[in-house]
Amino acid sequence: MSTSQAAVIGLTHRASEDTGHGHRGPESKSIVVPYGFWLFVLSDIVLFSALFATYASLAHATDGGPTSRELFSRPTAGVETLALLLSSFVCGLAMIAARHRNLAWTQIWLLVTGLLGFAFLAIELREFASLIADGAPPQRSAFLSSFFTLVGCHGAHVTCGLLWIGTMMAQILAKGFQPHIMRRLLCLSIFWHALDIVWVAIFTLVYLVGTLP
Amino acid sequence: MNFVGKLTWDSIPFDQPIPLMTSIVIILGLGAILAWVTLKGHVPYLWREWITSTDHKRIGVMYCILAFLMLIRGFADAIMMRAQQAVAVGQSQGYLPPEHYNQIFSAHGTIMIFFMAMTFLIGMMNFVLPLQLGVRDVAFPTMNSVSFWLTASAVLLVNVSLVVGEFARTGWLGFPPLSEKAFSPGVGVDYYLVSLQISGIGTLLTGINFVTTILKIRAPGMSYMRMPVFCWTSLAANLLIIASFPVLTATLGLLMLDRYLGFHFFTNDGGGNSMLYVNLIWIWGHPEVYILALPSFGIFSEIFATFSGKPLFGYRSMVYATLAICILSFTVWLHHFFTMGAGADVNAIFGIASMLIAIPTGVKIFNWLFTMYGGRVRFSVPMHWALGFVVTFVTGGMTGVLLASPPINFVVHNSLFLIAHFHHVIIGAVVFGLMAGYNYWFPKAFGFTLDERLGKASFWCWFAGFYLAFLPLYILGLMGATRRMQHYDDPSWQPLMVVALVGAILILAGIVLTGVQLYVSIRTRDRRRDLTGDPWDGRTLEWATLSPPPHFNFAVLPDVHGEEAYWSLKQRALQRGRISDEPEYQPIEMPLNSPTGVICAFFATLCGFAIIWYIWWLAILGLVGAFVIFVWYAWRDEHEHVIPVEEVQRLERERRRIRTELLHTLSQST
Amino acid sequence: MLAALLSGCTGILDPVGPIGAQEKQLLLNSTAIMLVIVIPVMIATPAFAWWFRRGNDRATYRPDWEYSGAIEMVVWSIPALVVMLLGGIAWIGSHALEPSRPLRSAVQPVRIDVVSLDWKWLFIYPDLGIATVNRLVVPAGTPVSFRLTSDTVWNAFFVPKMGTMIYTMPRMTTRLSLQADRPGLYDGRSAHFSGDGFSGMGFKVHAVPPQRFAGWVRSARGQGQVLDGRGYAELSKPSSYVKPVTYGTVTPGLFEAVVANRAAGPVG
Repeated sequence: MSTSQAAVIGLTHRASEDTGHGHRGPESKSIVVPYGFWLFVLSDIVLFSALFATYASLAHATDGGPTSRELFSRPTAGVETLALLLSSFVCGLAMIAARHRNLAWTQIWLLVTGLLGFAFLAIELREFASLIADGAPPQRSAFLSSFFTLVGCHGAHVTCGLLWIGTMMAQILAKGFQPHIMRRLLCLSIFWHALDIVWVAIFTLVYLVGTLP
Repeated sequence: MNFVGKLTWDSIPFDQPIPLMTSIVIILGLGAILAWVTLKGHVPYLWREWITSTDHKRIGVMYCILAFLMLIRGFADAIMMRAQQAVAVGQSQGYLPPEHYNQIFSAHGTIMIFFMAMTFLIGMMNFVLPLQLGVRDVAFPTMNSVSFWLTASAVLLVNVSLVVGEFARTGWLGFPPLSEKAFSPGVGVDYYLVSLQISGIGTLLTGINFVTTILKIRAPGMSYMRMPVFCWTSLAANLLIIASFPVLTATLGLLMLDRYLGFHFFTNDGGGNSMLYVNLIWIWGHPEVYILALPSFGIFSEIFATFSGKPLFGYRSMVYATLAICILSFTVWLHHFFTMGAGADVNAIFGIASMLIAIPTGVKIFNWLFTMYGGRVRFSVPMHWALGFVVTFVTGGMTGVLLASPPINFVVHNSLFLIAHFHHVIIGAVVFGLMAGYNYWFPKAFGFTLDERLGKASFWCWFAGFYLAFLPLYILGLMGATRRMQHYDDPSWQPLMVVALVGAILILAGIVLTGVQLYVSIRTRDRRRDLTGDPWDGRTLEWATLSPPPHFNFAVLPDVHGEEAYWSLKQRALQRGRISDEPEYQPIEMPLNSPTGVICAFFATLCGFAIIWYIWWLAILGLVGAFVIFVWYAWRDEHEHVIPVEEVQRLERERRRIRTELLHTLSQST
Repeated sequence: MLAALLSGCTGILDPVGPIGAQEKQLLLNSTAIMLVIVIPVMIATPAFAWWFRRGNDRATYRPDWEYSGAIEMVVWSIPALVVMLLGGIAWIGSHALEPSRPLRSAVQPVRIDVVSLDWKWLFIYPDLGIATVNRLVVPAGTPVSFRLTSDTVWNAFFVPKMGTMIYTMPRMTTRLSLQADRPGLYDGRSAHFSGDGFSGMGFKVHAVPPQRFAGWVRSARGQGQVLDGRGYAELSKPSSYVKPVTYGTVTPGLFEAVVANRAAGPVG
């Protein structure tokens, strides 16, 4: 929108005047959409911080049941971390491929991202199943409730991410690299990296601190 | 295989005459309206122009209508409580048994906060923000519609609890362990939790939408320090939404896990800790108070400036005060439970932090006073509400500071003194603000003004009714009366309870008069048309366009040259004696309508109802449905339709003609 | 209405003990301090509006007056000064009146353990081996040191005329010290909503002269009712508007057992 068009609405028209502090009017969608999505990610992190706070205050409320040191294994969590971090890296590769409008590599890297995410999820579910089988279900104590909820909420996010990756791959296939598809890809990658950040915090606070001798 | 979960015929309260009759009347009323709409052939119009609309103005109006309905529902609860407390003393148990009375006060709080105050404010922000910012819509129009319909879905569920099952009997915040399965095995708490989760998602999306809009979508030249104060306070409120609503979602989610899956977050056994819930819910709950109050302060700021014929005094101070409140509101949550025994240091620190909020709030009061100083004050209806607000709010704030002092709080916490205090500030600031804003912006939305005489009558009923209803509660609180009593023994409390009932009846008269005002104004709308688009001699950009504004708000986006964008333009036009040159018109792209919101809400309602009643197949169906509609929406390629240049030109030329006439009248009168 | 307020025949404006008296004083002082600001504002609001009404030719219209550094300075300082004053009062008051703080007195305090149940109050006198329900007997002029818990949902123990209320919470113990200076019969209730029987959860406080208190203890001990594990299980069943009961014998350690959630069985 040019200044002369933009300048007219009230009763006068002073197109030549400077518009003030460098605000050129509404931002384009390529700015607005990721900005809104960032805000969503921030709100999601607030949600997780409530769960972290809950975990922190209930971590020792084991009610005579098993403690974190007895239950958690650093190697398993380490493999999970590796899978997820790697998937984040691959997600970055997918974004680069998309920027170069390379359909095949975008799809391949997205698929690999999804598969790594799926591997992460599978390990997590196996850990949950073995905990439940070993008499440490979330109903056992407040500590286990908060553990399953915090880690499970992250897992639910990863599941949503996987659904999103699948949908995105179908959309890219059907529609190609249109601007709105590119915006969504960007949001997807922000989401996926944010899950990584949350996981790093979980890995540190739950698994590493929880297994300190 | 069980297809209906816990649902049985016993879920419908055939044995309780009051809810049964109420629900029959409501169902018949709704049925009649639906039948009338269908028979008259209005359905396609409603579907096209309202239900699927992504226009922020339409969505704003729908929010306000929903909120007004919920005001009536919440008020019905209120007057039933007042009536019960006026009679239930000594030998008399009144007309409401505890299990019914307890649902009523829980529903009253929940509905008034979430579905009246929040909904009304969000409606106003929806309508006003893009107009004040000089733009055509919010950042995410379809998401806006989703937010609205999710709120409507939650409203529906809360009201369905009247007919099917029951509502929570645990108070509006549902403190555990009372709200745990062990003590509240019924579906009431589940109705509460599920509807708040659904509306919470809607509210969070609104917050994201509005913050993005305010920060990223403004007219050219509208720098931060040129935004109207209502935009600033809305920005602060929506930042608070983003930072606090996820905590509510998490907290209620944890309680749901306790209730549905037997987890041990807040239970008495298994190591659960109910104090954790109380802390978490108030980490959301205190900012929530300012999510309500700040936009109201913004409304009053606009009104004081407009009706004093002066710029707002100390604009920068107002902005800083708003942001100070925004940040401080996160540091005070513990003052809601000083009596938990956290220790002197903790109590004192949170007490003093709470008092700090009084500083920026006091600054605002003084700035409104000095806005009137040297002005030409017009006593229109919005100004009545604004003056009533200042007088009421200073005392409400004073009792708030008393409650913030831990040693004083120890004797008035959970008493009727506390009830009087928060009604004092929520009615005095929020409801008065909403009524002021309603009268102020109504002509902009519908193109005709509201009746002044009836508006003032409504104000005086509310104003007097408020004092009559709540001053007695302060005294009762000092006499030792606590909150949420279905019955009490001390006969010396009764006279004041009766006075409070009379006050509530007076407020009822105020609500009725508001309805009458609307009815009369619609009937006489031809006489009260606002052809200028600027009925109050306004100062901000919403008054620069037609009333009601065209779908695209502005044919070309306004160019902002200073604070009070529209006022300065008006002054310059008066000096020059002509309006601006005609611009080059261009076609305008506007977002397409979308049924995404209403379909999403349909599935959310299904899913919510299914979760409340343990109908798991339906819950899964609801989730899958929501995902499918989401993908379907994502699949479409057309997001916008184009308004042709001729249409833009036609509407804008009409506006310019009106503006030229207005200018002539104005310059003749000065 | 104001008359009713000032006569204040019941409630927190007519305290019977040192805690309530100090809290009442703080309430009145803080209100007075704020009224110094609030009353002028309440007068100035309609006064400004009326004087500067449109059509009053004697008032000067200053359409562009929107800022004054001096006024801004004053507007920020007035509430800041008031809050500093009130904040100081709150800090000192919070520490002086901290509920868990023992009262300073030459007299040895009476220890009483409070358990809120659905929906009644159990008062255990651990040093005397007796207990009561919905009837709290205390010697006047003697500090009472409470330990409080709940064996159901949250409640708040509140005797308006004595002062400070405090939550009773399951699996947790709160502490409170109060004193009644004057003998008399005072109302007490739960101040935190606890479910359907909440309104029927009132109790009476009998503050009696110390000699009569000793006599009451002796007669209570003579009564046959025993509060043991079985009796407690019976008592903790939901009921409201419960008539006062006195137990002549109480199993030792009952309060600790309630806090540990093992009271309803055979108490060890």
